[in-house]
Amino acid sequence: MSTATHKLLKGATGDWEMVIGMEIHAQVTSNSKLFSGASTAFGGEPNSHVSLVDAAMPGMLPVINEECVRQAVRTGLGLNAKINLRSVFDRKNYFYPDSPQGYQISQYKSPVVGEGEVLVELDGGRSVTVGIERLHLEQDAGKLLHDRSPTMSNVDLNRCGVALMEIVSKPDIRDAEQAKAYVTKLRSILRYLGTCDGDMEKGSLRADVNVSVRRPGGPLGTRCEIKNMNSINFIGQAIEYEARRQIEILEDGGEIDQETRLYDPNKGETRSMRSKEEAHDYRYFPDPDLLPLEFSQAFVDDLKAKLPELPDQKKTRFVADFGLSAYDASVLVAERESALFYETVLDKLASRARDGKMAANWVINELFGRLNKEGRDITSSPVNAGQLAAIIDLIGEGTISGKIAKDLFEIVWQEGGDPRALVESRGMKQVTDLSAIEKVVDDIIAANPDKAAQVKDKPQSLGWFVGQVMKASGGKANPQSVNELLKSKLGV
Amino acid sequence: MTDLTSLTLAEARKGLAAKTFTSLELTDAHLSAIEAARVLNAFVMETPDQARDMAKAVDEKIARGEGGPLAGIPLGIKDLFATKGVRTTACSKILGNFVPTYESTVTSQLWRDGAVMLGKLNNDEFAMGSANETSCFGPVGNPWRREGSNTTLVPGGSSGGSASAVAALLCMGATATDTGGSIRQPAAFTATVGIKPTYGRCSRWGIVAFASSLDQAGPIARSVRDAAMLLRSMAGHDPKDTTSVDIPVPDYEAAIGKSVKGMKIGIPREYRLDGMPAEIEKLWSEGAAWLKAAGAELVEVSLPHTKYALPAYYIVAPAEASSNLARYDGVRYGLREQGKNIIELYENTRAEGFGAEVRRRVMIGTYVLSAGYYDAYYLRAQKVRTLIKKDFEDCFAKGVDAILTPATPSAAFGIGEKGGADPVEMYLNDIFTVTVNMAGLPGIAVPAGKDAQGLPLGLQLIGRPFDEETLFSLGEVIEQAAGRFTPARWW
Repeated sequence: MSTATHKLLKGATGDWEMVIGMEIHAQVTSNSKLFSGASTAFGGEPNSHVSLVDAAMPGMLPVINEECVRQAVRTGLGLNAKINLRSVFDRKNYFYPDSPQGYQISQYKSPVVGEGEVLVELDGGRSVTVGIERLHLEQDAGKLLHDRSPTMSNVDLNRCGVALMEIVSKPDIRDAEQAKAYVTKLRSILRYLGTCDGDMEKGSLRADVNVSVRRPGGPLGTRCEIKNMNSINFIGQAIEYEARRQIEILEDGGEIDQETRLYDPNKGETRSMRSKEEAHDYRYFPDPDLLPLEFSQAFVDDLKAKLPELPDQKKTRFVADFGLSAYDASVLVAERESALFYETVLDKLASRARDGKMAANWVINELFGRLNKEGRDITSSPVNAGQLAAIIDLIGEGTISGKIAKDLFEIVWQEGGDPRALVESRGMKQVTDLSAIEKVVDDIIAANPDKAAQVKDKPQSLGWFVGQVMKASGGKANPQSVNELLKSKLGV
Repeated sequence: MTDLTSLTLAEARKGLAAKTFTSLELTDAHLSAIEAARVLNAFVMETPDQARDMAKAVDEKIARGEGGPLAGIPLGIKDLFATKGVRTTACSKILGNFVPTYESTVTSQLWRDGAVMLGKLNNDEFAMGSANETSCFGPVGNPWRREGSNTTLVPGGSSGGSASAVAALLCMGATATDTGGSIRQPAAFTATVGIKPTYGRCSRWGIVAFASSLDQAGPIARSVRDAAMLLRSMAGHDPKDTTSVDIPVPDYEAAIGKSVKGMKIGIPREYRLDGMPAEIEKLWSEGAAWLKAAGAELVEVSLPHTKYALPAYYIVAPAEASSNLARYDGVRYGLREQGKNIIELYENTRAEGFGAEVRRRVMIGTYVLSAGYYDAYYLRAQKVRTLIKKDFEDCFAKGVDAILTPATPSAAFGIGEKGGADPVEMYLNDIFTVTVNMAGLPGIAVPAGKDAQGLPLGLQLIGRPFDEETLFSLGEVIEQAAGRFTPARWW
């Protein structure tokens, strides 16, 4: 599947290849929990969003939240995956105070979504397709609080029962760069779909990463699972460290123990959490409180018809409709908000056919560049889409030059205001009146007879004259008119 | 006033409507009876103040010409049903003094229809048992004794308190639950009528779970008509229980007295056990003869997988129970026995809070779901379950309207007489009833006669899914033929 060459790790005894698979836990965007009516709002007082069902009171029963099912199906469709019209909820049994029922309701043998795939773009126009094994719905757990009492731990059940989608990839990932790009892309798709807010800091998106190493193309090695990663950079670091650790063991003649590990970002290392022998026996069995989850193809088709345009489709459209480079289109679609901003600019342009590509350049170079410099994101941009569109219109229609436009952008960034009005009030309009420019051109030619004589032999030196004229006009002269005028006056 | 307790629910309803007596009088009569019968240990919690308040409120409604179908009828509630503000323990130490902030759907429907709560009834701990001997509140006495004997007998289980209280005229009817026979077996042991409706007929919301795919609520009552009246109020779709079925609840009482002429009654040959007491055999033939006399047609049928039902049941039910009871961990409510760490807290709490039978079933259930054993036990048991269900479907597909069997393999036995050395001896009590739970079908137990020692025996009728009406029609035929049985008062 892969069209990318991936990174191999050099060991003392030769090259090693990483084999990586991921389980992403994505919190479903929904108002209430997977099996109860309690709110999913983040940051409430401990135990303020807990229903009788969440607290596992005697005799309570789960009732499936249909919105969560819709979100899972929509996500499956966004991953080009098979949607299973019949799936089953199972109980995963284990004792821990963050799990009041004594089991997590999950999907074991029959998940709601089956195989799919994600196209992952890498630097330099490379890409890799990562297979999706399955997606299933399950309950999140509560949170233990260890800082409230010197002798006891407390438990906050606000998050307990919130819907998660576990998205399991195939072991198609071959290095840390691919792993990071995969999570980035998956997160982007989820955010486009609105099925998960992708907020890794709040824990809305967490990854378990399975890493093993082998000789390139050789048989699979024993894997270790690095649990509960909530930063894309840490995922990359953990993979690098873990692969090196395994290579070192193997090259020393040792064997890899299949185990669960944790990444410590402060020390930059993974450490053992529990071995295979210590692994739980979860005693999965179908939850007898819930009927199998069944829906019709029409239900799926309806959701499919209402699916928003996803990054891959959007990118293709941007390239086809506005002649953007594949790279620029990728940059614009990478984040839902960026694409949305660009499209809002397009909507407000006088002629998107004429200026669509210029708008992309402005969004990427001027706006993103400036935002990055100030560490802001697109949602807090001081220049809104309407203002940027007005600036681009002014360039496109020839009212201002690109150079003046940059000054105008700066004014709007700093002070706000209507760009068109600013151009008027501050006299930034481009001079297209030939007679006004002609005087300046004549003066400059007269002042520089040597250079004027050289132009016939060295046509490239025409640029110097253009620059002088632009400078003298305070940037307001139309560069194209200046160019043509100079050519005729200098006879080139 | 005590003779008010000997009325059937149907008779009491007439008296209340005619204002011959008030609900408060009827309630007080039962409260006195409860007080005088404490030796039976049928009630684990009496709620006289609440009962009188409810009765007075209903009396006012009746005076205004209002009041639901059960207006003013005093009932007992099995302690498995969550009752808002009233201690609910499932008769397990692990729930301690747990007081729910919520009311089970089934009981809330009874109160909606005007019924009055007298208190909470004893049962086997978490409904695990067939003799009501596993309750943390101690065993329940059966109001029936062997002729000429002072030995206290068990009322059956797990709804032993319900059956004993109804038979001893302590309440006009009682809620009960049935996972493997827990309504029908105690009904048969006490000469009361008990019906386990079709799985999905009654909401399980607010009932302490034993085995979710088998548990079903139903009434224990003094007559078939009373049972029909109670079930109508208890049944119905509940969006809070997704396994409850959204179909209308018929007027079950209308089925009473309906002709059974031309109905095909199946007599399953596999239920004729080796070594079955002759009097059970005789009772069964008698029942068949009564139905025939009423115009029904008898046909021999085969339910070939019957013999696998009990072993399969004792895999499925403990498996679900082991998971359902995981929530009793000492963390959020109920008993907590401290430990050095969370694992010790779990172990201490559960060792102290669960009785021996519950511990046994949790361990069996944990074992059969374990990696490496799941396929051999749980999965196989589920396959057997499918076959058992198919046996019945095949039978009904041949035009059989209902199946007649004995309710139990014997009459009531003495406290401590069975299962002491071998729990399977106790489990065998459910041999005729578990198949019905495994198939999710409705089953009714109706008193049909007495054994040589004067103890009541019951017959069971098994119906098509959601055809409880046919069971009420046929049950009443047996009731009419056999007559009603009341124990001589010794308490």
